[in-house]
Amino acid sequence: MLKKAQIILAFLISTLLVGCANLGVQPWERDLLAKEEMALDSEGIDLGLDDHIYFSKEATSGGRGFAGGGCGCN
Amino acid sequence: MAAPDFAILNVQLPNKLSDLAGQVVYLDFWASWCKPCRQSFPWMNQMQQKYAAQGLQIIAINLDSESSLAKDFLDKVPAQIPIIYDPEGNIASEYQLIGMPSSYLIDKTGKIRFSHKGFFTRTEHLYEQELVLLLNE
Repeated sequence: MLKKAQIILAFLISTLLVGCANLGVQPWERDLLAKEEMALDSEGIDLGLDDHIYFSKEATSGGRGFAGGGCGCN
Repeated sequence: MAAPDFAILNVQLPNKLSDLAGQVVYLDFWASWCKPCRQSFPWMNQMQQKYAAQGLQIIAINLDSESSLAKDFLDKVPAQIPIIYDPEGNIASEYQLIGMPSSYLIDKTGKIRFSHKGFFTRTEHLYEQELVLLLNE
């Protein structure tokens, strides 16, 4: 029983180690990511608008920053 | 550090990098999707013309997986330097690039003496100084 647990533990640890073997995309492999159709949004204006709304709604806590807004509440 | 050797498939060049011993070699890794790569071409063309007689060889290694994109790029950005195609990134893996573009300056004995990540037009004169330094050795 204990031996079985040891084997399972060894297996789980080995899978963890293999998980770090590939750290993702290499700098020269970014060609697919650079394609226009891979952009998060095809319309830059859409992104700008979303960002503006987000920023306005979050303005009291500093928008995308961390310091407080203009009201002195945080 | 000795520059990793690799086979060269280009009629303008010898069959492998180590055959260029005695010359200063500037290796530039680029791709069509990499914006700053565009800026290095005019400078590389100029340097190759200026220092070819003194033994400089600039080689531009393209890392596009689709060669048609590289061709489109070269139609827009003329290159007067030999291009090597490395679509699998084999040479790039040997040199362990950290970013794009990357350049490696190899002295006459085949050692990597300078390397740069990225290309900045404001520091072009420094890159040129390094070339001259190695050419005068």
